Amino acid sequence: MHADLVILNWHLFASGAWMTLQLTFLALAIGFSIALPAGLARARRVRVVSPLINGYVYLFRGTPLLVQTFLIYFGLAQFEWIRGSWAWTFLRDPWWCALIAFSLNSGAYGTEIIRGAIVTTGKGELEAAWALGLSRRQVDWLVLLPSALRRSLPQYGNEAVFMLQGSVVASVITLQDILGAGRTLNARYYLAYEGFLAAAILYMAITFLLVLAFRGLEGRYLRHLRPRGVR
Amino acid sequence: MESLIRYAPLLAGGAVVTLSLALLSLALATLLGGLGAAGKLGGGPFLRTLALAYTTVVRGAPDLVWLFLVYFGGQRLVNDITGALGLGQVAVTPFLAGVFTIGMIYGAYLTETFRGAYLTIPRGQTEAAMALGLRGLPLQRKVVIPQLIRFALPGYGNVWQVLVKATAIVSVIGLQDLVGLASDAGKSTREPFVFFSAVLLAYLLITWVSQTLLGLLERRAAAGFADAR
Repeated sequence: MHADLVILNWHLFASGAWMTLQLTFLALAIGFSIALPAGLARARRVRVVSPLINGYVYLFRGTPLLVQTFLIYFGLAQFEWIRGSWAWTFLRDPWWCALIAFSLNSGAYGTEIIRGAIVTTGKGELEAAWALGLSRRQVDWLVLLPSALRRSLPQYGNEAVFMLQGSVVASVITLQDILGAGRTLNARYYLAYEGFLAAAILYMAITFLLVLAFRGLEGRYLRHLRPRGVR
Repeated sequence: MESLIRYAPLLAGGAVVTLSLALLSLALATLLGGLGAAGKLGGGPFLRTLALAYTTVVRGAPDLVWLFLVYFGGQRLVNDITGALGLGQVAVTPFLAGVFTIGMIYGAYLTETFRGAYLTIPRGQTEAAMALGLRGLPLQRKVVIPQLIRFALPGYGNVWQVLVKATAIVSVIGLQDLVGLASDAGKSTREPFVFFSAVLLAYLLITWVSQTLLGLLERRAAAGFADAR
């Protein structure tokens, strides 16, 4: 066991953790901003748009994130016109490709979560809002979405953990994330497992913190749904 | 497109590798899941803690990290063992490492699936069976297991769908599966987009076929129930 080499190279893991956290949170944020309108459109069954969104969701949920990332990073380079366009400054960069793939992936899972939360909203909640004379927009923003988003919290917590762990794909397209640091140790010192073990422990710690954070959010925003008498 | 047709037989071989990897992993995961659930439900304090540690630790880190640990660390471990015993070299192949890793990870998920399904079986079922004089293995085989299958099938199906997609990562350590072969073909023909799109479609096809089959199985397992469609 060469724990000393892991400790000596702690900065690799620190910058790797920064890369992992950056990609995870940006992808979750962008994914959420895709998922909110898309989930609403799916729940409302908006004509033309809804089947298109359904296709997007089916494609990204039914295939591996690794292949989605490969398609964007390696695949798009096949086309001359893409390499000649302004977008190439982003698409040649593994960081942007990873972020695009992760965001689209998280957006697809998020769409289903939000759609599910919206369609399971209690009819009485909406009827009460209508009875108070709230306009359609007011019902959406003051009643439907706050209620649905709160109830989507537990599942969104799972999605956050899923995205964190899925972000290891970044290390496959040369990015130095947490696993990338482990791989560097493996390549540089022929360490069979020490670097990966350190990476596993770091991922576990972050997963644990994420779960705790979401549990805190649930305690705050889902308090009204707790069974009576339970504190 | 032409190149895709030229490479079709090769890719079909890759699909066979992907599917056999997925099925073998599922078998291992089912075994581990069954043991894990039995440990959590019926084990003493030691077995329960062991099962809890297994499901928590395995689900705490990403699949690719486990794969590298098993592939590189596992080879070191095997070398140490064979060295100590004075045996020849035994290679940990990417395929073996993949089956072991994916089986281990999804065994943790199946532990929860099986445990949940077991707890869903109404108590009255086992009580009635015991009142009829059934005990031990016959009780499990005739009353508990059939209902366990019915309650566990939806969750089991979900785990399978996620597991199939997870097999893609084994290409990273050099397995010539669907993804690995398509990656090579894309490089040599300079048409990576075509090949990776084909891989996406192949995965969608597997997902779709699995969904259909699982639907049939679920209907069969729920035969005789009023709410079953």
